[in-house]
Amino acid sequence: MKLSIGAMVEPGSTRTNKTGSWRTFKPIIDVEACIGCGTCSMFCPEGTIYKVADKYTIDYDYCKGCGICAHECPVKAIEMVMEEE
Amino acid sequence: MEIMEGSRAVAEAVKACRPNVIAAYPITPQTHIVEEIARMVADGELASEYVRVDSEHSAMSVCVGASATGARTYTATTSQGMALMHEVLFNAAGLRLPIVMTAANRSLSAPINIWNDQQDTVSERDSGWIQLYAEDTQEASDMIIQAYKIAEDHDILLPVMVGMDGFILTHVHEPVELCPQEKVDDFLPSYDPAYYLTPKNPLSFGTIVYPSTYTEFRYMIHEAMKRAERKIIDVASDFRDKFGRHYGGLIDTYEAEDAEVLIMAMGSVIGTAKDAVDELRSDGKKVGIVKVRCYRPFPAEAISEAVKNAKAIAVLDKNISLGYEGALYTDVKSALYNENGPLALGFILGLGGRDITKNTIKSIAEKAQKAIKSGRVEKDSEFVDVGVL
Repeated sequence: MKLSIGAMVEPGSTRTNKTGSWRTFKPIIDVEACIGCGTCSMFCPEGTIYKVADKYTIDYDYCKGCGICAHECPVKAIEMVMEEE
Repeated sequence: MEIMEGSRAVAEAVKACRPNVIAAYPITPQTHIVEEIARMVADGELASEYVRVDSEHSAMSVCVGASATGARTYTATTSQGMALMHEVLFNAAGLRLPIVMTAANRSLSAPINIWNDQQDTVSERDSGWIQLYAEDTQEASDMIIQAYKIAEDHDILLPVMVGMDGFILTHVHEPVELCPQEKVDDFLPSYDPAYYLTPKNPLSFGTIVYPSTYTEFRYMIHEAMKRAERKIIDVASDFRDKFGRHYGGLIDTYEAEDAEVLIMAMGSVIGTAKDAVDELRSDGKKVGIVKVRCYRPFPAEAISEAVKNAKAIAVLDKNISLGYEGALYTDVKSALYNENGPLALGFILGLGGRDITKNTIKSIAEKAQKAIKSGRVEKDSEFVDVGVL
């Protein structure tokens, strides 16, 4: 395998380096309870929560399962569930 | 030839290398070097960006950032400043950035002590920096020019630290011959980076690598280190051809050919040892010296070749791996383990600025001779003249 000196790469490496597998707990949004305030999206340290129509959705390819979204949600619409469950 | 302070001799060599960026934080006994360079920049003698940072961690970080853009960079530090740089040193090597740094060797706290030993650089042994040690101010000055030549070679691309004993070399006034600018320009063309940061060709340096490739990156650094052995020898002889001065390649020897006892050390103590050896020789004692000029990469082969006819070696360490012994002693013994080599004795001395005199060296040589006579080493590693009651 040909490797660059000093671990140098061209932009866009995150497209292939997915980090979702680091997760232990998975945040699940209850779309019925979600009021679409966007607090989860603003607090997400990885920028993996997006607005789709009036509700929010999570990009599980990159969500590391930190649980900040669930902690910050004002209506407790996000539940952290153990990955294998 | 001009009489000048060691720090100025180094600053003049740095200036002749025309670094683009200098970042430094003052700390005794390094201060005079970076003060002099700051003056050169302020007076318009040196066209460099001089960044006055808030710590040594920042100084090395600025050098890393600047070097990644393709700039030639310089810094200097010592002791606690070196320790504060620790994590960035590993990054500089891992990113393969040819930064050059002078280490004005000093002890580490606590208790606080501002004087010379080599604990600071020896403690950064495994960081991936090439480590060279100067015997006198002329060598400390010339080594800067050699260091850039070694570091920036595309087969190497590793940072280099040049150790010069604090106060003993940084603050001493000695006759020094400075390298003429046009000759330095010829010897050391401007830095031609293999890769560099530019908006025209976006790159990321040092991105995350997974367990599947981390080992390979460490292996590549190690291989570059091994290639540096040859490069250091070649640059030393190219330097001799250009400037007429030579200090040895990875090691140098003095009165070593027929020596029964070889004294081995790094840095300025070699000068004292040479005087002691001259006196011992005039008394008919067959004592010589192996000067270790390059500590990383460790010149195991050169050392085992140099000591193969000796009956005993005495290794002087101005450092201690607490709980074991001097670092150079450990490395030298390991180099000789399968070689059926001479008896080996280790000595911890010169810590925190304690003088190493000719008599100290002579008594060490005597201990080595006693070991030869009895055929065994009584004390593997010992502190010299330790006064704890």
